[in-house]
Amino acid sequence: MARYDRAITVFSPDGHLFQVEYALEAVRKGNAAVGVRGTDIVVLGVEKKSTAKLQDSRTVRKIVSLDDHIALACAGLKADARVLINRARIECQSHRLTVEDPVTVEYITRYIAGLQQKYTQSGGVRPFGLSTLIVGFDPYAGVPSLYQTDPSGTFSAWKANATGRNSNSMREFLEKNYKETSGQETVKLAIRALLEVVESGGKNIEVAVMTKEHGLRQLEEAEIDAIVAEIEAEKAAAEAAKKAPPKET
Amino acid sequence: MECVFGLVGNGFAIVAADTSAVHSILVHKSNEDKIMILDSHKLIAASGESGDRVQFTEYIQKNVALYQFRNGIPLTTAAAANFTRGELATALRKNPYFVNILLAGYDKETGPSLYYIDYIATLHKVDKGAFGYGSYFSLSMMDRHYHSGMTVEEAIDLVDKCIMEIRSRLVVAPPNFVIKIVDKDGAREYAWRESVKDVAVASA
Repeated sequence: MARYDRAITVFSPDGHLFQVEYALEAVRKGNAAVGVRGTDIVVLGVEKKSTAKLQDSRTVRKIVSLDDHIALACAGLKADARVLINRARIECQSHRLTVEDPVTVEYITRYIAGLQQKYTQSGGVRPFGLSTLIVGFDPYAGVPSLYQTDPSGTFSAWKANATGRNSNSMREFLEKNYKETSGQETVKLAIRALLEVVESGGKNIEVAVMTKEHGLRQLEEAEIDAIVAEIEAEKAAAEAAKKAPPKET
Repeated sequence: MECVFGLVGNGFAIVAADTSAVHSILVHKSNEDKIMILDSHKLIAASGESGDRVQFTEYIQKNVALYQFRNGIPLTTAAAANFTRGELATALRKNPYFVNILLAGYDKETGPSLYYIDYIATLHKVDKGAFGYGSYFSLSMMDRHYHSGMTVEEAIDLVDKCIMEIRSRLVVAPPNFVIKIVDKDGAREYAWRESVKDVAVASA
């Protein structure tokens, strides 16, 4: 096995590309990120590891705009993310320039995934160590979308998904609790999924919502705290309801 | 011949451009918008070779947008003007763009500004400027009546005076003009001055 993970262009005898799998490991060590698609809104949430006291937290933005109507969150190597995000932003403008139309979410996802794939089939380079969650609204159609890419270059559309640390638990939670939601309900669902694996509190989560009319909006810490408080209250009420019935009947 | 002119007023900058798309002796259309909204607070009024005009200004527009996405804040008007001039200068000795540009913008810190950028990459920050044969008339008119800190009404009056001069004195005067303004509330269309409307063909 050790002989087959040097240059990633080499397959192992049992059909593995080890460098790609190791890149996926890097993603699994990255911060938790979740995306939920509603009927009229898409929400991205990212875990914010506690900032160092002297660090200016405003300069660490984990959810970025690729264009007016597309946003991206990722898990994994942040430096690799910078490169991909830059290429994607250029492609968004280039597309507007050549065909006079904004990109669709699928187009830019396909572009980013294509880029990630290229680096799994070239000499002397390593794959990008990140998975991305791409959200947006298709121009004209106005339909919200959520896509995910990974270091192998595969991509697919999702109703809700998670990546990064403990993504399996978040995905399980989402599979159990997902239903078609809109507006604030979608935001709550995303935050609830994140809270499964992240310490609760506004300063540990970064949340952004995208709507057709207002584009991308980052939620303030106070807003997030308020929603977290709501969720905790609902949880407490549910717990109390579970314990109460025997007395009532 | 294409006419583009503009001036800076009190807290705003205004540009006017003719709206005829001409090829030799034929007028393709007389409602061609030659003033592009570069971003929320910038206008580019361009005249010259029509292919170059559209191609170049759209290229600048997309690069200005890219800067904003990469850096989270928009370019200042001065920076956009210098970038534009740089692109013209780079292309000049290989494959020059035949486009003359008046770049008007509003920055929160420095207020309104107007930049004169001609096709051989000259860049001047000006209070009033003009391109084309019409400039002979509009510059003279503005030299006579312009003063710093004009109100919107005074500026529009001056613009109308210039358009009147161009219409009456230029032999191939364009019939229609579009006026756009940029101030703290953004860049937007202000008015059209039409003397010839494209007539809809009546069904036989």
